[in-house]
Amino acid sequence: MTDANVRSKGRRRHRLHPLAIRIMHWTNAVAMIVLIASGWAIYNDEVIFGWLHFPNWMTLGAGPEGALQWHFLAMWVLAANGLAYLAYGLATGRYRRMLLPVRIAEVLAEIRAALALRLSHDDLTRYNAVQRLLYISIILVGIVQVLSGLVIWKPVQLSELAVLFYDFQTARLVHFLGMAAIVGFLVIHVGLALLVPTTLLAMLTGGPVVARDPPADVDRNPPADAETPSPAPTQPEELAS
Amino acid sequence: MSLPPRSPSLFRPARAIDQSVLAENRALLRAIDRRKILRGGLSLGALTMLTGCDVTRRDSVQSVLKAVSAWNDRAQALMFRPNHLAPTFSPDKVVKPPRFNAYYDVEDMVPVDGETWKLELAGLIADKRPWTLRQIYELPEQEIIVRHICVEGWDYIGQWSGVSLRQFLERIGADLTARYVAFRCADDYYGSIDMPSALHPQTLLATKYAREPLADPFGFPLRLRTAVKLGFKNPKWITAMEVTNTYRGGYWEDRGFNWFSGI
Repeated sequence: MTDANVRSKGRRRHRLHPLAIRIMHWTNAVAMIVLIASGWAIYNDEVIFGWLHFPNWMTLGAGPEGALQWHFLAMWVLAANGLAYLAYGLATGRYRRMLLPVRIAEVLAEIRAALALRLSHDDLTRYNAVQRLLYISIILVGIVQVLSGLVIWKPVQLSELAVLFYDFQTARLVHFLGMAAIVGFLVIHVGLALLVPTTLLAMLTGGPVVARDPPADVDRNPPADAETPSPAPTQPEELAS
Repeated sequence: MSLPPRSPSLFRPARAIDQSVLAENRALLRAIDRRKILRGGLSLGALTMLTGCDVTRRDSVQSVLKAVSAWNDRAQALMFRPNHLAPTFSPDKVVKPPRFNAYYDVEDMVPVDGETWKLELAGLIADKRPWTLRQIYELPEQEIIVRHICVEGWDYIGQWSGVSLRQFLERIGADLTARYVAFRCADDYYGSIDMPSALHPQTLLATKYAREPLADPFGFPLRLRTAVKLGFKNPKWITAMEVTNTYRGGYWEDRGFNWFSGI
């Protein structure tokens, strides 16, 4: 999708990050930070790795009971917000438009460019292959976190789901590794946002105005179409017309 | 270890914890029906803000957290499947001996004398005659091999036997429509569970571990063992049981841990 393309459509226009996305992004950010910091305090009460304790100043909640209260508050916020985000992304075609396709060759090329310090962010409206891969991955990690969290909370009531994680301690381990992946993502995500402040600003103000693509009347295309991993080069044009 | 003097009522906590906010919010939450839970949660939050002028910010955060914890009690009660069984295991997976756990160290544990021990009954029960250990041992026995999960995060598989709590409640003519079953223990620990969990087929008044009489550190002569609650919801060294519609809390619950704590 080029700029000329966008202009020529002249249909429904919206910001790069519509208000709904911005609200959900920052709600998620707060819930996630509360969950991570309280989760560290809960972890400290019975560590998985003997060498790893999180310093108290990094944790949230007075004692394990306080940390659990925070965790059991923020989990509802994260889960409800996450479901709304998934529904929004699928219904509006935002995922299809912004996160697909992911091509391995492009990912490798982007990584090479990044290592050579040739990061370009001229066009905020288009995520590069590495961004797409990272955003898709972190959404999937978020889903795994909710599922493993549910299993740790309710290993008996949700015993059918629990078997997917082998047993209680492996579910704890998965939940821990998911946390580690999210923290790793956060470091990169926040680091890059600070390096290219226009991206940070866009998540506050909405960013540049773009045309909705594809328009609402073809949103109801069969999903099979939308999820084709490597659509023919002409397909985005067809969807948009 | 010297135990503090008992309060006049068997079921009144020896040390009063500041539960005023919890009690208020709990009543408010119980009064609203299912559909209004979300709305109720919002107004609770708003309420806390309104009273922000006369309480410190820290207190209002605490009251929100406690209100959410009470809300989580209700959410878990809705999720509870009364006839869904916890996974069970083969005897070779059983950890012997089980893990000691109390609010004090094992060396401070005071054994209970089985000869003089009695189980006292109170509340909505038709036959409140106390039970001796011999009478308890004569009851039909049920065995469960289930995973014990501690709120801290550790777990082990244990083999417990004793009378089914449901059968015992039926035998003593307890009101099975009451809300809670509460316990008091020889070490001044106390706790309460919801009636549906008390009636679950894997909830026992256990007298044996791995087919041997319970050892002193693990609750001799009588302890609760339910497969549908976290470890701390299983009182040991039980001396009294009450069936009631009044919320009794529990030792750890009154210190901030979630009351329902179902698994």
